[in-house]
Amino acid sequence: MIELVVSVLILAGAVFTLIGALGLVRLRDFYTRLHGPTKATTLGVGSLLVASAVWFSTRGAGLSLHEVLVTLFLFITAPVSAHLLAKAALHQRLHSLAPEPESQPESAAQSEETDAG
Amino acid sequence: MNNPTDGAAPAAKSRLHRLLPHPILTAALTVIWLLLANSVSAGQFLLGLLFGWAIPRFTLRFWPERVQARRPLVLLRFIGVVLYDILVANLAVAWLILRGPQRLRPGFVQLPLDLTSDLAISLLANTISLTPGTVSARLSPDRRTLLIHALDLTDSAALIAAIKSRYEAPLKQVFESC
Repeated sequence: MIELVVSVLILAGAVFTLIGALGLVRLRDFYTRLHGPTKATTLGVGSLLVASAVWFSTRGAGLSLHEVLVTLFLFITAPVSAHLLAKAALHQRLHSLAPEPESQPESAAQSEETDAG
Repeated sequence: MNNPTDGAAPAAKSRLHRLLPHPILTAALTVIWLLLANSVSAGQFLLGLLFGWAIPRFTLRFWPERVQARRPLVLLRFIGVVLYDILVANLAVAWLILRGPQRLRPGFVQLPLDLTSDLAISLLANTISLTPGTVSARLSPDRRTLLIHALDLTDSAALIAAIKSRYEAPLKQVFESC
């Protein structure tokens, strides 16, 4: 029974990670490509971690909570790196499918900008 | 939040403040240490408390404002809402990717911020990036607007309203209710 649950979770995780990778290949500009790996993978990695927690918690070695920590670190670091990548892309004025936002003068924007991380 | 006009109590408070600058961070670090050690023995608990006390003290300059959180129920509910949104929006983004990129309408949105504290803004930006379909891209220098890139933008006013009511309002209640 447990093995069935774990298998389903692992398969779901693999499928979502695959879709995230597909997004990286198929989407057509930097900003949309950023969405694939940073997001579709949160659920992918999430399912894998739940599977891991279920598996190791039911093998007699006591509750396994390292996965909670992995989730926490992942949820803190993934958005920060996505934010920094997007900001760098804006700074470099990469080609964008979306109309560019009317930007503040870059020099002023740089001087005291603090990133939201 | 400190009221400097009354007498002795604030002095004692500020001494406590210097000794234990961020009680919430101390508690959080202790819990993280226990999770890392994967045990709840008294020794690990004390060690975690020691780290939880020392690390915020050594990184004081990184936390100029006092970290405060009120209304734990609102916070819990917020975490629930975010997890639910991650789940639903992941499915939506997966569908968008599979359906084909030709029909996407990506766009930028300027989100006017009501939040003012660094921690709350960081958490909001993190939340926006975690929920699929949106990435926070840039915080304006005056910290009034957050630039967001949306994967498939149909109605920017609706997106802003959703972010404001679902994420920003609870964060404001928890971290900035004064």
